[in-house]
Amino acid sequence: MQEKSIRRKIILYIILGILAIIMVIPFYWMLISSVKLSKDVFSIPMKWIPDSFHFDNYKIIWKKIPLFTFFKNTIKLTVLTTLIQLATSCFAAYGFAKIEFKGRNLLFLVYVTTIAVPWQVYMVPQFTMMSKFGLSNSHLGLILLQAFSAFGVFLMRQFFLGIPKELSESAKIDGLGEYAIFAKIIMPLAKPGVATLVIFTFVNVWNDFMGPLIYLNSTELKTIQLGIRMFISQYNADYALIMSASVCSVIPVVIIFCIFQRFFVEGVASSGIKG
Amino acid sequence: MTGKQKRRIKTNIIGYSFILPNLIGYFIFIFIPVCFSFLLSVMEWDGSQTPMKYVGVKNFARLFHDSTFKISLSNTFFYAIFTVPITVALALLIAVLLNQKIKGIVIFRTAFFFPYIASLVAVGAVWNMLFQPDFGPINEFLKFIGISNPPRWIASTKWAMPAVIIVSIWKYMGYYMIVYLAALQGISKELYEAASLDGANGIRKLRYITIPLLTPTTFFVVIMLTVQCFKVFDLIYVMTQGGPGRSTNVLVNHIYNTAFTDFKFGYASASAIVLFIIVLIVTLIQFRGEKKFMSYM
Repeated sequence: MQEKSIRRKIILYIILGILAIIMVIPFYWMLISSVKLSKDVFSIPMKWIPDSFHFDNYKIIWKKIPLFTFFKNTIKLTVLTTLIQLATSCFAAYGFAKIEFKGRNLLFLVYVTTIAVPWQVYMVPQFTMMSKFGLSNSHLGLILLQAFSAFGVFLMRQFFLGIPKELSESAKIDGLGEYAIFAKIIMPLAKPGVATLVIFTFVNVWNDFMGPLIYLNSTELKTIQLGIRMFISQYNADYALIMSASVCSVIPVVIIFCIFQRFFVEGVASSGIKG
Repeated sequence: MTGKQKRRIKTNIIGYSFILPNLIGYFIFIFIPVCFSFLLSVMEWDGSQTPMKYVGVKNFARLFHDSTFKISLSNTFFYAIFTVPITVALALLIAVLLNQKIKGIVIFRTAFFFPYIASLVAVGAVWNMLFQPDFGPINEFLKFIGISNPPRWIASTKWAMPAVIIVSIWKYMGYYMIVYLAALQGISKELYEAASLDGANGIRKLRYITIPLLTPTTFFVVIMLTVQCFKVFDLIYVMTQGGPGRSTNVLVNHIYNTAFTDFKFGYASASAIVLFIIVLIVTLIQFRGEKKFMSYM
């Protein structure tokens, strides 16, 4: 019996190990190729450990494309979108969750319905509207169209609903107004929700490709994703440099993921349980 | 005015003051464009100063004769039909394996989840190199195990879509694995213990306890994945741009090209409405299903 369960464990580890390696290989390949010479990236037989490490690649890419500008633009877009999203979503979610005002249910129904409409359905009219406002080819346009998603309101409302009514009611008896209850009682309790929303918005905006692709034409406005895409089409045989640029674009997300892994997992898990 | 009325008005004002900042932005940048897309789908417009022209259902009628649209639609279905079941099966399998008492779960979980948050542009660039037909590592490996004539992947009209499907399974499986893992943790251990006492082995437990109890989760995962598959664009754009030929052109490619390359905004919106109708049907199935599963719980 004992022996059988040990054998089972070993088989389990082997299967999981193989699957995990398959998942990780592309990243490993990206890393080793990023420090090879472009002519050695596809050498046959493949070298799993490069003969020499050309860390220069990481210096060269900063000169070949305005990587610094791309980073700056992406950080700007990400931070501003996340801040606006967080502030307005929390506010609105509190209204929807805790205050019974006229028309609340109808408005919330409208929000929920539009969550089901994919952005791809209305991206064309949205773009024509934004162009009319003079907001195409600008960061402001991209920030505005991503900052007010109904998803943030929905997510935060779920968290607020989970906070017992008695807490805000006893605060009301103590003479606190709605704004004070929101700021002093509800928000501190909703920290996990805030963390989830911040992380998901951050990663989504950082990795967003289609939005910048449609809205940003000028090189000096481009994000890191668009920039790398541009680099790939200009230097399509500089395999090693493409890989080092790719590594650069992934690193910030890796850092965020390592620090906040718990919130990622909880965020995904709760999306599944609530449906 | 009575005190009660006054209080009610005050509640309304406070309530709206909370939602207004989001509501205004939401209304202008999301709600109006959504409504506008329906309007635009029956118009002809190149986006310039010339006013739009009402053309009725002409845009929709044209879709049925547009071979690129038809290919895009069938490519999207092909993509979804293979991506959805394989992703679900792998996510479930790995979640069940990870749900055992094992060490290093965080490392495994990270390995499976990480592709989900890595940027598509980077991921697309890597996979394109891995799939390189003449000296890419994947074909080197296939030759090594004895396949003398491996597929030409993204360079071939026949194998480009399978390559895209492989990458999308690799990228999105981890997300659904986490959803399954959370659901598995909700299944009571006693059920398995009782089954062990009755002499059930691992596979029977999986078949008669785990999978049936996970049905609501599976249903949810299938719905989410299906919607996601019909919206696919970025992954294909960074890997193949719809090519070679039109072999990986999907529905959103069609919308994008019609609008931003050909400047036919009305026609593009008609194509977008087709996407909307597909997603709507899937969502309605979800509502029906949710009712059904609620009654079980």
